[in-house]
Amino acid sequence: MWIYEKKLEYPVRVSCPNPRLAKIVLEQYGGADGEAGAANRYLTQRYMMPTGMAKGVLTDIGTEELAHWEIIATLFYKLIKDASIDQIKKAGLEDYYVNHGKDVYLQSAGGVPFTAAYFATKGDPVANLVEDMAAEQKARATYEHILTLSDDPCVNETIKFLREREVVHFQRFGEVLDNVYTFMNTKKCF
Amino acid sequence: MNKKMSQQAKMLKEIMSYEFTAVDLNLYLDTHPCDMKALAEYNCVTHQLDILKRAYEQCYGPLAAFGSTPSQFPWMWIDEPWPWEVEF
Repeated sequence: MWIYEKKLEYPVRVSCPNPRLAKIVLEQYGGADGEAGAANRYLTQRYMMPTGMAKGVLTDIGTEELAHWEIIATLFYKLIKDASIDQIKKAGLEDYYVNHGKDVYLQSAGGVPFTAAYFATKGDPVANLVEDMAAEQKARATYEHILTLSDDPCVNETIKFLREREVVHFQRFGEVLDNVYTFMNTKKCF
Repeated sequence: MNKKMSQQAKMLKEIMSYEFTAVDLNLYLDTHPCDMKALAEYNCVTHQLDILKRAYEQCYGPLAAFGSTPSQFPWMWIDEPWPWEVEF
């Protein structure tokens, strides 16, 4: 089971209302390489993993991704909550606002609703883990694109933290892949 | 923000920094279970974190529900601010 902790993993600060940037960060809320996809990918893949290490890392990183998902929602909330209708119109968010108001919605920056098609389970631990490593790199790249587009240094601080976590997760998944290869080679000897 | 609020955010931020250290060490230990130095550091951080959380909960209510910690009267779990509302 999971237990909710009434705190964020990392502080979220924004300089001022910024609906344009709010829409951009939605890419990491419900986009193809976003945090919802990451959490669901790892927490769904863990069941048939062959080693305790693989099950543990997928559980722990999947859980940390849920905390990142909450951080992205918090960024969106803080960037849009005090925005005026004028600011929302100027940023081109009428199409978002007409359906969701100021609520966060599980979609990409481009408005595509989240789907399970963003991640796989292949019945093959190596294929799954290599997908996970690619997912971390794609998320890192998305965070770098967000930094390129962002004009808020406070938001950048949080985005940089999230980008750094993708690098650490990539490293851990690489170690798990080694562990699974070793396990499979040992098994073949007998 | 009133003064009480900023003190709450300050305490929360310290807990967050310790818990992040624990998260990162946890992931490292998952793939390096025999690293004694990292394990000792993890146990040390866990102890510090527990002290900080209990102190915070005395003032602001439970950090986790579902039986994780006892609550004073009245039930304080539902007290605002929720995490996305905290001003750092």
